[in-house]
Amino acid sequence: MKILVCISKTPDTTAKIAFSDNNTKFETAGVQFIINPYDEWYALVRAIELKEADPSTVLHLINVGNADSDPIIRKALALGGDEAIRVNTDNSDSFYIASQITTIAKDGGYDLIFTGKETIDYNGSSIGGMVAEIMDLPYISHAIKFDLDAAGAVVVREIEGGEETDKAALPLVVSCQKGMAEQRIPNMKGIMGARTKPLKVVEPAVAESYTSIASFDLPPAKAGVKLVSADNPEELVRLLHEEAKVF
Amino acid sequence: MILVFIDQQDGHIKKTSFEAASYAAKIAEVTGTTAEGILIGTVNDDIATLGNYGLTKVHTLADANLNNFDAQVYTKIIAAAAEGADVIVFSNNTTGKAIAPRLSVRLKAGLVSGAAALPDLSNGFTVKKTVFSGKAFANITVNTAKKIIALNPNSFSVITTSGSAEVVALNVTPDAAKVQVVSTDLVKGEVPLGEADIVVSGGRGLKGPENWGMITELAHLLGAATACSRPVADINWRPHHEHVGQTGLAIAPNLYIAVGISGAIQHLAGVNRSKTIVVINKDPEAPFFKAADYGIVGDAFEVMPKIIDAVKKLKAS
Repeated sequence: MKILVCISKTPDTTAKIAFSDNNTKFETAGVQFIINPYDEWYALVRAIELKEADPSTVLHLINVGNADSDPIIRKALALGGDEAIRVNTDNSDSFYIASQITTIAKDGGYDLIFTGKETIDYNGSSIGGMVAEIMDLPYISHAIKFDLDAAGAVVVREIEGGEETDKAALPLVVSCQKGMAEQRIPNMKGIMGARTKPLKVVEPAVAESYTSIASFDLPPAKAGVKLVSADNPEELVRLLHEEAKVF
Repeated sequence: MILVFIDQQDGHIKKTSFEAASYAAKIAEVTGTTAEGILIGTVNDDIATLGNYGLTKVHTLADANLNNFDAQVYTKIIAAAAEGADVIVFSNNTTGKAIAPRLSVRLKAGLVSGAAALPDLSNGFTVKKTVFSGKAFANITVNTAKKIIALNPNSFSVITTSGSAEVVALNVTPDAAKVQVVSTDLVKGEVPLGEADIVVSGGRGLKGPENWGMITELAHLLGAATACSRPVADINWRPHHEHVGQTGLAIAPNLYIAVGISGAIQHLAGVNRSKTIVVINKDPEAPFFKAADYGIVGDAFEVMPKIIDAVKKLKAS
């Protein structure tokens, strides 16, 4: 079994969101960067569990990003995985990134490619589907449970208002979310070991960008809360009905 | 032509598809073309009534085997229907997110997922989308001839007209599915959280799962979905699919009522696109009040029964 997990670098979940250069760039000053939580807690940890269940499993990580990604790649290697590949680019277009991943993956003989269901910065939910289409592989998105059986994979995925259980043969691309695995913290042995694991840096392949970011906006500030006395909650219902007209 | 994917589940067209159809019809109106739909699988609904949302034609492939959802199979079918399309519109739900990226590759069409507004055509083709889990917007310029937009649920109001869509069978032989749907488990009788107009949500301030009766009762009265904060899902007071926030579901209902939730930044990220936010919390310093439109500083156990009674009276009047 050979697994590739795609990991992305995102701002910490508590990061202050601000923009610079006339609202065209995300302001990174003072921002802590982490492994995208969906990639780490669900995709990577589930892949590590599969490797623990079958130690012959080869687990590779891939990141498409510049050298600023190296600390989060080392952290991912500290959690688990045999080696990492970083494709050296600043480009953030989904198709461009998916093209870089497939350039590496197409000759890698991977049985499984895991991504997070989305990144918490661009919220694109695109990479898994694009990788699958470029490689002509089946794709199961929004997986909350993943198991292997003799025929391939049994995957439970979220759908609107419930869950769906799917079966598919390998190779397969899966996007992962909450439920797949529990968050782990790297231990000292893992951190020490990660220092000597291979982190290959490769230059990007020629690929198109389908989209570009023109600018960012922050949502308009709220006018401020209108407080209603706890002694008169009926007034809240009246306001919601007559003023906000929400029911 | 603007093509919209009409999503169905359990024999019925999803509510978010009416929003997507209205959105597609609006783009068609602005650009002087027509909006058409593509519906895959079998439904019990009258497909021609999609004309009421501005569609002139709906391409169908009414094959019951296609009720088995495989994004790869669907992508090829939609690509066939999209031959003459300039823009293809999806709902940014679990189905749309599975298909749209694949179609983007197949059609070499730039994708904007999580769209929050109509495209701006004044200088190219630019679409506002939510980023940073709802904390900001990005204006994305699409540089390809064909464009794909996945529209966030509850971000474009349904526009009804009167019309009847011509229903045409699509002449495509679908591939065999590689993904077999073994079973589906839908929470019956509940409003799907991502599509709900009103959401009533509870946090740790409710002290235990046994106290959720007031949340579900108010939700039932308002035809609302129920939700919860992350800690509540983590300690299994409520099912995981109810978790809203940065690492749970991001929602944008018309009304979000948060009871006993302090409003950590990660929670706000998932709900701050709600049009009206109501916060009930006994701590006046709870950060949620800063993001709220209406609030009550008070004990939920005293306030909620009174609110429930007032809503009952209102509904009875």
